[in-house]
Amino acid sequence: MQSQQESASHTPIPAANPIEEVDTVVIRFCGDSGDGMQLTGSEFTKVSALAGNDLSTLPDFPAEIRAPAGTIAGVSGFQLQFSSRVVFTPGDQPDVLVAMNPAALKSNLEDLKKGGSLILNTGAFTKGNITKATYETNPLEDGSLDGYKTYKIDITKLTKECLKDSGLNSKSIDRCKNFFALGLTFWMYNRPIEPEVESINKKFAKKPELAKANIQVFKAGYHYGETAEVFTESFEVRAADIPPGRYRNIMGNSATAIGLVTGAQLAGVELFFAGYPITPASSILHELSRYKAFGATTFQAEDEIAAACAAVGGSFGGAIGMTASSGPGIALKGEALGLALSLELPMVIVNVQRGGPSTGLPTKTEQSDLLQCLYGRNGESPMPVIAAMTPSDCFYTAIEAVRIAIKYMTPVMLMTDGYLANGSEPWKLPKKEDIKPFPTTFRTDPEGYQVYARDEETLARAWVKPGTPGLAHRVGGLEKDALTGNVSYDPHNHEAMCHTRAAKVMAVQNSMGELLMNGPDQGDLLMVGWGSTYGAITKATNLMQDEGYSVSSCHLRWIHPFHPKLGALLKRFKKVVVAEMNLGQLVKVLRAEYLIDCEPLCKVQGKPFKVIEICNKIAERAGKVS
Amino acid sequence: MGTTTTNGNKGGLPVKLTRKDYQSDQDVRWCPGCGDYAILAQVQKVFAELNINRDETVFVSGIGCSSRFPYYMNTYGMHSIHGRAPAFATGLKVSRPDLNVWVITGDGDGLSIGGNHLIHCLRRNVDLKIILFNNRIYGLTKGQYSPTSELGKRSPSTPLGSTDNPFNPLSIALGAGASFVARSIDTDVKHLQATLKRAAAHKGTAFIEVYQNCNVFNDLTFINVTGKDVKADRQMPLTHGQPLVFGKDKDKGIRMTPNGIPEIVSVGDGDGQVPLSEVPLHDETVADPGYAFMLGQLQHPNFPVPIGVLRAVEAPTYDEMVADQIQLAKSQAKATDIESLWHMGDTWDAGSTAE
Ligand code: SF4
Repeated sequence: MQSQQESASHTPIPAANPIEEVDTVVIRFCGDSGDGMQLTGSEFTKVSALAGNDLSTLPDFPAEIRAPAGTIAGVSGFQLQFSSRVVFTPGDQPDVLVAMNPAALKSNLEDLKKGGSLILNTGAFTKGNITKATYETNPLEDGSLDGYKTYKIDITKLTKECLKDSGLNSKSIDRCKNFFALGLTFWMYNRPIEPEVESINKKFAKKPELAKANIQVFKAGYHYGETAEVFTESFEVRAADIPPGRYRNIMGNSATAIGLVTGAQLAGVELFFAGYPITPASSILHELSRYKAFGATTFQAEDEIAAACAAVGGSFGGAIGMTASSGPGIALKGEALGLALSLELPMVIVNVQRGGPSTGLPTKTEQSDLLQCLYGRNGESPMPVIAAMTPSDCFYTAIEAVRIAIKYMTPVMLMTDGYLANGSEPWKLPKKEDIKPFPTTFRTDPEGYQVYARDEETLARAWVKPGTPGLAHRVGGLEKDALTGNVSYDPHNHEAMCHTRAAKVMAVQNSMGELLMNGPDQGDLLMVGWGSTYGAITKATNLMQDEGYSVSSCHLRWIHPFHPKLGALLKRFKKVVVAEMNLGQLVKVLRAEYLIDCEPLCKVQGKPFKVIEICNKIAERAGKVS
Repeated sequence: MGTTTTNGNKGGLPVKLTRKDYQSDQDVRWCPGCGDYAILAQVQKVFAELNINRDETVFVSGIGCSSRFPYYMNTYGMHSIHGRAPAFATGLKVSRPDLNVWVITGDGDGLSIGGNHLIHCLRRNVDLKIILFNNRIYGLTKGQYSPTSELGKRSPSTPLGSTDNPFNPLSIALGAGASFVARSIDTDVKHLQATLKRAAAHKGTAFIEVYQNCNVFNDLTFINVTGKDVKADRQMPLTHGQPLVFGKDKDKGIRMTPNGIPEIVSVGDGDGQVPLSEVPLHDETVADPGYAFMLGQLQHPNFPVPIGVLRAVEAPTYDEMVADQIQLAKSQAKATDIESLWHMGDTWDAGSTAE
């Protein structure tokens, strides 16, 4: 990798502007959903990744595709934390806020750090826009921005000026202004401009006139920072000390898709994925549909139910059937999942959780489907449930889901959420030899075949592909004889089958990896989490350990069944607090399972935890180590 | 269908199979006298006659009396959940195009709770054979009116008579763009066999509505058109290339008025009669579904009901097109090993130069 100094040398920094070294920056770009803030954010992410920073991102967009321009409902944002240290979250509070219009300022200002930098596009602060943002007075003039380092720049006008000879119409010109903002931030953080020019060329390859215009505006923004002497200094964030290797910036849903394909390859089976469009899960379907060459067959079904059913059909045929959705869709799939677990066929169901109930907050994150995933089916219907912790961990968790599904012949619920799905981080690409294959054996021997005969260790029945001579058999959702699989209404057989299905899922405990612990395995306080709260809980625990508190954290990948060592661990702490983005769902399960007192730390605002919120709880509940 | 070869008999000459070879070891549990028995028997006979490979065949069903069918066939089978059989079958067929997949459903299963899956399966033209047992009643749940029950049907849930208009299964199938649509009758053994054979040979979704008598909850519901004494006048037997005539003496015909409405005419050379040469010939292969739709709409008591194949057109199948796309993607891929998937997009090396 090129060093920071070398890359910077392409674009000399005038001596008048000193470069200050900082180790961590949180920046948020926000504007109207038509302003291209997601693109701006992801471009800035890319260059930060290339500079070797560790980072974490959080896009935040409205549920409406095009809410009325200029309104608060239409504000779209993208937050990024980049650092020369290890990054766990996208950051609690932005140090820098780029607001492209009054509505963006109104809805984001409260998050900005006191004394933080505020870059405003004054061109958008028209009377109309100020009113639409529900401001009574012009915030540029009423003193409400005192206390921030405010940079008032008429980005709209400067963009127009820059492109006046481009031949583009005024609408197209206006849509380039996000690149002005991007250019400004590139200057502020001393980023090389060449990779971005390349990236714009690539992105707009089909529309060279737009590529040219965006590059022009991007450079104009950069040079504006340099020459207009608006900014008194620029900053540098050095490369982070991360494990050496090849990296790729990855969003959670991409990692899930790639993990599912990898899992199927490691198992040596075809992948059949059936989905139905739903926010925020759709991009898993999109990605997989591009991976045909890697053995993925995808099917966009007529509804959520059909997607689940088609996946079961695929599994019956000997592929690993998969589907992905979010809470409302998972509710619809429930009956088909019950059938899958009754047929004892492998299957992976991804629940990318969003705010609920009902349609809820489609584009916001939450963890309130845990009980739905654990119990949301009729009858005694246990199913392994596992959860991913970070965007790149979605890859490993997806592989684990495939492994469990096939080994134990069961549907597996893989839980992520909107924050993981759309958030991103650098992913150190694994080596092929780092990931162990788990080849599948299909039964082909007709001798002594009994449809529901089980493997002694895993309690799994044999997987038979239709087309195998001599093994023709029928399965169905009616209760089955424990051995032959024929329909059975025998009361004792039914009870035995219920116990066996439960025991089979519990057997997953025998092949789990290590329980994820951070800190000593006993003390005052154990913070427990699952899913996407990993970053915030870990960071908070680390900070508070440094402050001398007796606190550890434990993060659960396996939620059903729990890790076999979890019960004993919980009992070695005086207090247990569970931080989750719901009203205390894991807490209920832990209490029921282990009869221990544990306390919830809840948040249901459609937003991930801030590190500080968890630190505060730790300070309340943990004592200092003497 | 690559299934008319051997039948799991190891290497030797193809053996002549019988109905028995397709019977599973399970006791059939329909009510005595149920029309389902006849349909099961004809399917088994036709399979034996066509020497269809048991091990490469899968029967998928939903919920209802008819949906117990797979348990009785000595093939692979899945008794799934209510209304969803076409969705399971689609997933199965798309991931395993080599299999011969049949769907068994009923009027409640296929047209009420599962209506959505049925129409989407038909429009996609997945290579499946769908037999819809129409008995115009919910049998398994004890006799409620179904989406094909006639208006005014009295049933446990409609003591004063139903107030909803029935579906016409053929019109639904044709409206969804099905490439093969036929109707047959449980008691018309020969016709049912012939229709099943036609379906088995069709590439794409083949949809057969079978009039099936539920002698327990809706006995004789079709007797007005299937009764021995009335059937000649009340059924319009369809044969490709033959005129649309009916009646014991084939002296009645169907043709279109100039404004496109079907009418019954007296066929013959007498006064006020229409000569046979002017009665339209049945053509299953008309690309425009309008013609078949017109036929499907012929209903008792105003018209004879069409029995036979209304439509049989060639069209690319969904599973075939999916397979082609996969083939193409594989042939164009620069790399297909898993590591190259991980490395897709922008990557960079880091860590080694960090102090
Ligand atoms: S209830 Fe009717 S359809 Fe069902 S098995 Fe009995 S006779 Fe047949």
